[in-house]
Amino acid sequence: MNGVPLSAYLGLSMFMFSTGVIGVIIRRNPIVIFMCIELMLNAVNLAFLSFARYKFATAEGSLESAMGGPMFVIFVMAVAAAEVAVGLGIIMAIFRLRENIDVDELNLLKG
Amino acid sequence: MQDVLAAFGRAILLILPIFGPVPVIIWWERRLLSWMQDRIGPNRTGNITFSRNSRMIPSFLKGKKIKLFGLLQSIADGIKLFLKEDIMPSKTDKLLFIVAPFIALFVSFTLGATVPFSGDLRFTPVADVNIGLLYVLAISSLGAYGLVLAGYSSNNKYSLIGGLRASAQLISYELAMGVSLASIVMMSGSLKLTDIVNQQQNTPLYNLNFAPFTLIANWNILSPMGFVSGIVFFICMLAETNRPPFDLPEAENELVAGYHTEYSTKRWALFMMAEYMAMFVFSMIWFTIFMGGYHLLPVRSEFLDGIEQKVGFLLGPLTMMLKGAFGLSVYIWVRATFPRLRYDQLMNLGWKFLLPLSVGNLMITASWIFANRVYGNAVGWGVVCIGYAILGIVWLRTRRKKQDEKQFGSRSIDMVVSSVRFSSPEIAAVADATEGL
Amino acid sequence: MPVKLTLEMVIFAALAGAAALAAVGVVAFRNATRSALCLVFNFFVLGFLYFSLQVEMLGITQVVVYTGAIMVLFIFVIMLLNLGSSHLLAEKFDGKKPVGIFFGIALAVLLSSQIVPMFARTESKPLVYPLGDSKVVGQTLFTSYVFPFEAVSFLLLVGIVGSILLAKRRMS
Repeated sequence: MNGVPLSAYLGLSMFMFSTGVIGVIIRRNPIVIFMCIELMLNAVNLAFLSFARYKFATAEGSLESAMGGPMFVIFVMAVAAAEVAVGLGIIMAIFRLRENIDVDELNLLKG
Repeated sequence: MQDVLAAFGRAILLILPIFGPVPVIIWWERRLLSWMQDRIGPNRTGNITFSRNSRMIPSFLKGKKIKLFGLLQSIADGIKLFLKEDIMPSKTDKLLFIVAPFIALFVSFTLGATVPFSGDLRFTPVADVNIGLLYVLAISSLGAYGLVLAGYSSNNKYSLIGGLRASAQLISYELAMGVSLASIVMMSGSLKLTDIVNQQQNTPLYNLNFAPFTLIANWNILSPMGFVSGIVFFICMLAETNRPPFDLPEAENELVAGYHTEYSTKRWALFMMAEYMAMFVFSMIWFTIFMGGYHLLPVRSEFLDGIEQKVGFLLGPLTMMLKGAFGLSVYIWVRATFPRLRYDQLMNLGWKFLLPLSVGNLMITASWIFANRVYGNAVGWGVVCIGYAILGIVWLRTRRKKQDEKQFGSRSIDMVVSSVRFSSPEIAAVADATEGL
Repeated sequence: MPVKLTLEMVIFAALAGAAALAAVGVVAFRNATRSALCLVFNFFVLGFLYFSLQVEMLGITQVVVYTGAIMVLFIFVIMLLNLGSSHLLAEKFDGKKPVGIFFGIALAVLLSSQIVPMFARTESKPLVYPLGDSKVVGQTLFTSYVFPFEAVSFLLLVGIVGSILLAKRRMS
């Protein structure tokens, strides 16, 4: 992107990450909390790729160092997919057990 | 600025051949289907009979009949649908209700952006990106949203069940589709659709460089691996476009009309247009990947190449339209032939037959490529024969075992039904009524 | 710092604005389906942002994996839970919210005040190593990164087994 500095991408990434953090703190619906975690993961992915593009894929980098970012993004995506499959399974199981999935009321282990 | 204008021009060049034929496609479906079912179908609309004794009519037209075989039927239907009163049920999620058909339309319009219509790269495809095949997968996976949102926003349980079915079906068949395409990517060594087309036409059959094989082009459908993945891709294609026998999201004898129960007039027409355009584009994609794209015949000769270089920009799009029309006819033929699948049959077909078959096919393709490169042609084909023999034996063994077992319904739909029953007693009654779903 | 307005900047601003708005929408909407849709839109736009970084392969993977698979699963589950009980997922107000928002904004300010000025002058230079080429991505994945790749495949297998076990009805 001609004329767009790296900090523009990083700023967007940070904004998305902070929005995800706020969402995890203030929302009580576990599915939305889950979605906010996905948002944070994607913010980090964006940062990875913008660093790889601006800092390592240019003349002063090397192929090995440039591919680090994309590889990490691929692994983050795969892990996120596995996490979503299991996490949504857990939410479904809780729902079938309790008929209620408000995270503030799931305090059985509190003692 | 010129680049932006050129991009717009290319986008319009894509939309015209997809959007233009929609009325003809609908007429063709109705006529062909009625011919197959021994009916007549729409054959009148558009016929004009000029009066014999009016003075307004020039003499050479007096008493003449112009027959259009009902071609204007779909245009008349369209006008009717766009002029009817627009009904939106109360308590709908208004924004999503309005947006849903447009998502479906967006998917159908953009699906074909990487499909080459001719060898002349000045006009088509819209974007000859080197990830064209993945682009097709990505956009077609967005197709679920239109249906799911329509089902959700209608505030109707039948619609909702239709939407749920659509999402589950699309996720299930996406997998087999992707894996079946992977073996084609391995054979042609590229994700770019123009490369896949050129690779098919420019290599001799099975890469054998002697007499009868050099005359025939190496279309993917002609090799056993390509044939199997072509069949798998075709079945998944039917499921992705929600056509019979996979039209469970709109199964009219269980769910009224499924996800578009509450839709009428323009919005319903948008859904229909999206469905027909998606069918047309998907059949063109199928022919691009498996049967040589814009080349008409699997023949390699100097003469045909010469013709193609002269008038390729005309011949290519015509060939693609012809192939798309043929694919559509197969769609309609399948619709007239097969009864709708039950939900558990659908899931079993997707997960227990198509996915293992395409994974096995992928493994055979990989070992064929390896053996071909390292040990030569003969060993490669031997490996292919052994591979398919193993695949067949495994299939026969598992099938025999399955017949001994007692049949259980699929887990996922048990999950749906149990959670439905859980959430409210009124719906439990509906769930009992639709037990077979 | 003089900023020149280029076509790329306008495109970036449009994409980034859309992504940021959608991210806010995920948190702000009370209806879980709308949150999910905002997230879908965010991921779709993010795919285009990856294209703008010339990582085409990952951009399209983003669309296939996130919007095509993960978010469809999310929406499927939301609808499954919403069926017949729309009050269930409604949110109530409580005192945690202002505190959470305060901490989130503090985090954003802290992060951006430290990092954004550092890279404000880092312009994009011509791409030397093709990050987005599918061949390069595949080659790197199956040579230097083959061990993590296998580890992730094992993780996915465990994930499949786990989700099937969770979704299975208890035997009675």
